[in-house]
Amino acid sequence: MTLLVAAAAAGEPSCYSRLTNEWFCGQYLQDRRSELVDATTQHLEITVVSVLLGVVIAFPLALLARRLPRLESGILGLTTAIYTIPSLALLPLLVPFTGLSATTVVIGLALYALTILVRSMLEGLRSVPDEVRESAIGLGFGSTRLLLKVDLPLALPVIMAGLRVATVSTVALTTVGSLVAYGGLGNLIKDGVSTNFRAELMAASILCVVIAVVLDLLIVLTQRLLTPWTRGVRA
Amino acid sequence: MTVVSDAWDYLTTAANWTGDDGMLQLLVQQLLLSATALLVAVVIGLPIALWLGHLGRGGFLAINVSNVGRAVPTFALLALLVTADWPGTASFGPYGRAGLATIIALTLFALPPIITNGYVAVVEVSPSVKQAADGMGMTGWQKFFRVELPLSAPLVMSGVRLALVQVWATATIAALVAGPGLGQVITDGFYRTNYGKGIAGAIVVALVALLLEVVAALVQRVLDPTPRASSPPRLRGMSEGGPIVTEATDAVGH
Repeated sequence: MTLLVAAAAAGEPSCYSRLTNEWFCGQYLQDRRSELVDATTQHLEITVVSVLLGVVIAFPLALLARRLPRLESGILGLTTAIYTIPSLALLPLLVPFTGLSATTVVIGLALYALTILVRSMLEGLRSVPDEVRESAIGLGFGSTRLLLKVDLPLALPVIMAGLRVATVSTVALTTVGSLVAYGGLGNLIKDGVSTNFRAELMAASILCVVIAVVLDLLIVLTQRLLTPWTRGVRA
Repeated sequence: MTVVSDAWDYLTTAANWTGDDGMLQLLVQQLLLSATALLVAVVIGLPIALWLGHLGRGGFLAINVSNVGRAVPTFALLALLVTADWPGTASFGPYGRAGLATIIALTLFALPPIITNGYVAVVEVSPSVKQAADGMGMTGWQKFFRVELPLSAPLVMSGVRLALVQVWATATIAALVAGPGLGQVITDGFYRTNYGKGIAGAIVVALVALLLEVVAALVQRVLDPTPRASSPPRLRGMSEGGPIVTEATDAVGH
């Protein structure tokens, strides 16, 4: 007891010192604030860019698979095969092409998001009733207008569900990027393990989950704004 | 591009495969770890999931366990388990360094796909078939074993397959936190700037992952009790990561 009091009196940071090494430590959050903010920013950047890249690649692939049923099993098979490869193995396989950079992590994560997104986009487009599409064609809709005004809005709920799954898992997977030193909060987790720094480890882990939950909520909110007609049906 | 030829050299040098901490030993270690964790997860998770599905209760839990599992980074959970005083970092029998902590983490990450798919599989057995079973005077147990279980088998097995993919990936990540298995080759290579070695390890891990998936798909095809009509059942099962679960989540969550 006297030791603790003495330590506090000396103004030492008590709860994350080598001696105590507590799991939860408010002092740590204050003292290493900038480090935590930097890691969180990097984590968010990598996640958002990866998911956006995934969407940009997945959308034409899904349209192609719908247009040409012959390609469908090939596209789905390829994306599933990528999904099967562990993240820690996929990143090294990209290194010869993109080096030790954030690009490597972004491409790897986008490839994983691709699997989920292509599937949900295809399933979403399939969920559009044929009668609705036929009526639209009967009304003189061209193929672009059909896609933008009929297919996409009606497929949106299923596509957004896939986007949620892809985003949440990308947040979690970003930590593995610490292998090439671009892992956002994963870098802190790695440091926490190698230096046995519990407060850092716990804070970074919790922040990862918080980011996942916040992004998930943002997507749900966006979906509610984009598809106001589904609200009445739910209730 | 010299790293690629370095990787090839590493793969074609026999000494890297044999002996203590050779790639063969690490491969066996990781296969053993993955198999154990998958087995434990199936033994614990499957009966609970199937029974909840039979009762039609606990759907919120059974489905959200997958959503929670996705949000928690494997890396973070492994790190927490290894750094904690219990179960510690010492080696554990044939499972190698940090073996027990790794097995616990792997089991935890294998559970969500098994539980969610098992539950959804039984719940989604057509209500008219269930009513027919009731009408024939089947007891709850008879209905479960003779009707629901055979009809839900394909989706249940897809869940186990997904769990296998998940477990293999997690077992690889374990190396980032001083865990056992082939991931060691990757992390050693990268941390000691021997990128050829790291890439060689990655190639082996990726190939084994693809091989496991193909074997699992074949086993599923052989065991499938329902006649194979066409591809739709497989596609439905494969989409666990995406729409089927999230659709079910919406149905249950609201």
